[in-house]
Amino acid sequence: MQVREKAFVGITHTAALFSLAAVFGIIFSVFREGIPLFCTISIGDFIFGSAWYPTHAETPQFGVLYLLIGSLLVTLGALMIAVPLGLGSAIFISEIATPRLKEIAKPIVELLAAIPSVVYGLFGMMVLAPFVRELINLNTGLNLFSTSIILGLMVLPIISSMSEDALANVPKQLREASLALGATSWETIAKVVVPAARRGIVGSVLQGFGRAIGETMVVLMVAGGSAQIPKSIFDSIRPLTSTIAAEMGETVIGDLHYRVLFAIAGLLFIITFVINLVADLVFLKRKVK
Amino acid sequence: MKLRYLANISGKLLMALLFIITALMLFIFLGSIFSRGIGVISWSFISETPRSGMTEGGIFPAIVGTFWLTLLSILIALPLGIFCAIYLFCYGKPMWFVNMVRLAINTLAGVPSIIYGLFGMAVFVNMFSLDVSLISGALTLSVLALPLIINTTEEALQSVPADFTEASIALGAQKSTTIIRVVLPSALPNILTGVIISIGRVAGETAPIMFTAATFYSRKLPNSLSDEVMALPYHIFALVTEGSKATQQVPIAYGSALVLLFLVLGVSSIAIAIRYHMRRNKQW
Repeated sequence: MQVREKAFVGITHTAALFSLAAVFGIIFSVFREGIPLFCTISIGDFIFGSAWYPTHAETPQFGVLYLLIGSLLVTLGALMIAVPLGLGSAIFISEIATPRLKEIAKPIVELLAAIPSVVYGLFGMMVLAPFVRELINLNTGLNLFSTSIILGLMVLPIISSMSEDALANVPKQLREASLALGATSWETIAKVVVPAARRGIVGSVLQGFGRAIGETMVVLMVAGGSAQIPKSIFDSIRPLTSTIAAEMGETVIGDLHYRVLFAIAGLLFIITFVINLVADLVFLKRKVK
Repeated sequence: MKLRYLANISGKLLMALLFIITALMLFIFLGSIFSRGIGVISWSFISETPRSGMTEGGIFPAIVGTFWLTLLSILIALPLGIFCAIYLFCYGKPMWFVNMVRLAINTLAGVPSIIYGLFGMAVFVNMFSLDVSLISGALTLSVLALPLIINTTEEALQSVPADFTEASIALGAQKSTTIIRVVLPSALPNILTGVIISIGRVAGETAPIMFTAATFYSRKLPNSLSDEVMALPYHIFALVTEGSKATQQVPIAYGSALVLLFLVLGVSSIAIAIRYHMRRNKQW
């Protein structure tokens, strides 16, 4: 019997090791393919270089600054949509809706999370972009504005469901005390419940940030793809993720272009890792069991 | 006093409005995909192979490809995920190792999907020489599914009352027996729900299979693990970004999107139904 017990423990340990191995595998493979790039160009030129001409015959240039700015802009744009709508929905579901309404409202927001990104991309590219183009009389609707809306819609359920958890975890006594002191229900929500849940809410926004900056298909299909600093929100942009997805197919294994795309992936990995770590450790404080 | 009353009403109305805008956006989204896709869908659309360079015919190979990719990746990730969750919840020693594993899982859950694609390409396609194939794609997707399955399984294990475990141990059962005979069966419905949600997620992923498994055009169905496959999400993407006959390709893309939505949302609603049913018939 002892043998069986030991074998079982061994199996569970091995499975746990696999998830560690998966992370190390991702880090190892991305950095192994990307880091040799820096034998040829410096990290400074990579991050702060503004010229992205990876396929130029004589002097290819691999500055990702504009791509990075594109990623940040589209992420901020998405959050400007997703934070008010997501937080508002969370407050509505958690604090205002009657139990019956809540049963309907919650699945609606959850449904948004179940839709595949490529379908969001299709909608953005074929429905929203032409609409925006007609509406504002532009050359193309594939721009920062359209991308932000679609990406915002994608990130919304993350922010909403995590904020809702945070709101639901606020002790009942706080609400009751506030109401007993004569505060209206809105004052209780705005001045007691939301401030008490602020850690979780900020954490949810950070997670939304991490998700938005790493999203690929939507930006690939809707952002337009020119590597520039947009002068207005109706200019097309080219974020980091779509650059990788769009150009990887043209590269030859081991050439500079291939390496720079892996270096971009490494940069993305670091950004999302740090964001998620901060969200987890500082704001969400995983419960210790 | 009147001002406070007004603020109370308008504040709550504003929150309701924000929710209504959200719901409206969802309905516009679903409505426009549905209205544009429904006309394309027919039995032959679902059961036939594409013809004339993607401008005619159906999407059967893409449905089959997505089915195999999803099934294989879940089959690979499921045992690993469940055992890893058992380790975390039931054993959880030594602490430093547990913390590392947890950090790893949280990291995996936050890795952008395109990085999974590059990882799969570098490791499975190139290093292991599996080429662009069904198995490369399934392995890549299984890594993506791993954190989803671990997290839902662990939550499921947590929901099993401690009394069950204690009763079993008190009867003299060993820990492994307790886990296999008592804890896992009680947690099974919840684990199942989590797995179904993971299926929906995996089936809709595009970026991880772009460079590891998917091909734009394939007349035949995959015969072996080393074949390239068509997949619904990639098919949608390719139809609107490649090829030259947009007027013929775009309707097919909408049709494919609608099929994918039916699959993914159908699978998710099964999960929701199971969860709802369980909550009603909960015995403890």
